[in-house]
Amino acid sequence: MELLLDSLFNGIAIGSVLLVAALGLAIVFGLMGVINLAHGELMMLGAYTTYVTQLIFKLPILKPFYNSYIIVSIFLAFIVSGVVGILLEKTIIRKLYGSPLETLLATWGVSLILQQFVRSVPLAYGTGLVISLLIGLFLPTTFPSKIKESINFKYFKFSSWIFAALTGVLTGSVISSSVSKLSRASARNVDVTAPSWMRGQVEIIGTAFPKTRLMIIVITLISVIAITLFLNQSAWGMRIRAVTQNRQMSDCLGISTEKVDIITFGIGSGLAGVAGVAVSLLGSVGPNVGGNYIVGCFMVVVLGGVGNLLGTVLASFGIGIMTDLIGAGRLLSIWPDMPLPLSNTINFFATTSMARVMIFALIVIFLQFKPTGLFPQKGRMVEN
Amino acid sequence: MSLSKIKFDKKIVLSFWIILIALIIAAPTLLPVFRLNLLGRYLSLSIVALGVDLIWGYTGLLSLGQGIFFALGGYCAAMYLQITSSSEFPNNIPEFFALYGVEKLPFFWEPFRSPVFTFFAIWIIPALVSGLIGFLVFRNRIKGVYFSILTQASLLVFFNFFNGQQKLINGTNGLKTDVTQIFGQMVGSESMQRLFFWMTAILVIAAWFFAKWVVKGRFGNILIGIRDDEPRVRFTGYNPVIFKTIIFSIAGGLAGISGALYTVQSGIVSPQFMTVPFSIEMVIWVAVGGRGTLLGAILGAVFINYAKSLVSEALPASWMFIQGGLFILVVTALPEGVLGWIQGDGPRNVLQRFGLKRKIETYPSLEVNNKEGNNE
Repeated sequence: MELLLDSLFNGIAIGSVLLVAALGLAIVFGLMGVINLAHGELMMLGAYTTYVTQLIFKLPILKPFYNSYIIVSIFLAFIVSGVVGILLEKTIIRKLYGSPLETLLATWGVSLILQQFVRSVPLAYGTGLVISLLIGLFLPTTFPSKIKESINFKYFKFSSWIFAALTGVLTGSVISSSVSKLSRASARNVDVTAPSWMRGQVEIIGTAFPKTRLMIIVITLISVIAITLFLNQSAWGMRIRAVTQNRQMSDCLGISTEKVDIITFGIGSGLAGVAGVAVSLLGSVGPNVGGNYIVGCFMVVVLGGVGNLLGTVLASFGIGIMTDLIGAGRLLSIWPDMPLPLSNTINFFATTSMARVMIFALIVIFLQFKPTGLFPQKGRMVEN
Repeated sequence: MSLSKIKFDKKIVLSFWIILIALIIAAPTLLPVFRLNLLGRYLSLSIVALGVDLIWGYTGLLSLGQGIFFALGGYCAAMYLQITSSSEFPNNIPEFFALYGVEKLPFFWEPFRSPVFTFFAIWIIPALVSGLIGFLVFRNRIKGVYFSILTQASLLVFFNFFNGQQKLINGTNGLKTDVTQIFGQMVGSESMQRLFFWMTAILVIAAWFFAKWVVKGRFGNILIGIRDDEPRVRFTGYNPVIFKTIIFSIAGGLAGISGALYTVQSGIVSPQFMTVPFSIEMVIWVAVGGRGTLLGAILGAVFINYAKSLVSEALPASWMFIQGGLFILVVTALPEGVLGWIQGDGPRNVLQRFGLKRKIETYPSLEVNNKEGNNE
């Protein structure tokens, strides 16, 4: 019983990392049909945001609040990845709607650039750049409508971008002069240390659980609930669902599909950032950290059925529990005296990498029977 | 696609071939050994690019898993070389087995003692594996991005499997070939490398003609039909599954040959051939060169790789930026690739812009409709 509980918890812990990582992808891929291979790199940005926040909270002014940096970094990571995602949508992805294969290649290019960017630009100036992007993209939208409608709006826009650039350079140099670790570019991995209240373990029903794992489960839970509420209860959520079902009809009814696209993509990317915070708690953070998750995320989305959050949740927990069962060879300890050939096979797959082989093989076999995943979209089209 | 093929004079074509063959024969004396070796490697990569062009450019299947078949071909060649030159090692098996306490050659490597079997295995095994993967996927009408994701997942499956199996295939370390022997000579030696270069050059040309033959005639037409409108092909009475499986396994076979040639020239085969970035790079060679143009795939593979090695020597950090930029640029600005752009309306449009050529006027509605048709 204890063993089973242990396995279940481990499975849920693995699954919740997958889920929080795949959630953003499920929204972008499921609702917009866009394959975003840069999703992993948006997660990487979120993880680096956690690192930067941690270092900034070590400054004397913010030292008293150090313990709460992880909560702050969740919001910051959402904003950072969201802003980069919105920029991506506005510049590249918008041109490629309707041709998913092209989007796939272009976003892969973006992911290469982001990886190299983190390697060769000091994090302080990277932060400055994100801040200037944030100001440049959002300052014009806060102007009163009188200015927005005037012919000279483009000059206002232009000057706000100049202001944004100046602020970015300023914050970049302030950060780089006050935090020496952020002033030099390095390709080395960095480590995020959890605040003291998150170290150690908690005992639940006689089994010890690491607190960071519990934190990740909590982050995942909150993200899933928030996104479900947003999609089902808010006005923009309704518009997003309408556009998903029938883009042209929604357009005719006066929904701005352009805005819906931006919001959907921004939220999807922002969730990648939140996933990045979770990932940074698990191990060291490097430019390649996102690449380890991206294929797993896609498998979750495909297995769960496109455009269905419940499917995504079930698929990620399913994959998580299976990974633990196979990877740790738990079936052997549950049933010690099984026949030799079977136990040999299980031992053969009882490593992390071989468990992955087994899981992917199982998914491909599953898709033979249900090609559209657990919860397929209903419809009567020849082609989807 | 409105590719107006440029027709060349017979004399020009003939002189092109004479110059090309002369260059191939003369290359070993013109280039230093290091550069020759690089050129040979990149030429062998152009064979896998041809395969990618067949499945992506002509049939519309974007595979992100060609690295599997590439590496399989490489492993077949490398294992044969290791086994034939292992006579002085204990148990007459390759040296690395001793490290893991393996005393007998694993049964599936037994046939690789024979050169004839290896010769066929290099392209038949990858073709069979790709045919099987392709059939399982196509049978369920999984296509488009789902196909891409599944091929990428299978790539990871193979990568993890090969990485984890020390006792069977030396795991992460891979198999070295440059110190093995063939025909009584070291594979890494200069004269062997020259031989491999010529072999590669001949095989690239052969593969090019083969690919041309495949896409010619009715078979090629059906492939293009599948790319442009698969349901219509199906409703006309053809079974797309068969055609897609055949072309996918042809591409797999080409990847295997390419992998074997690359392995003997680079001196090692390892699971690194099956990493995700490498397989996506193969696609970008074709995209830059021009998908749907076979010559474009070859030129794309050679030129991009040469540019990569030159740029990486000069400014190591900048290649990733350039490569990423290339991806974005090609997809957004040059969807037909460089060769496709030259063969299409590209040069004429540029000349028109500078007023050097007269504009061709058509009905505006015709142009609009044409554009919509192309975007699909």
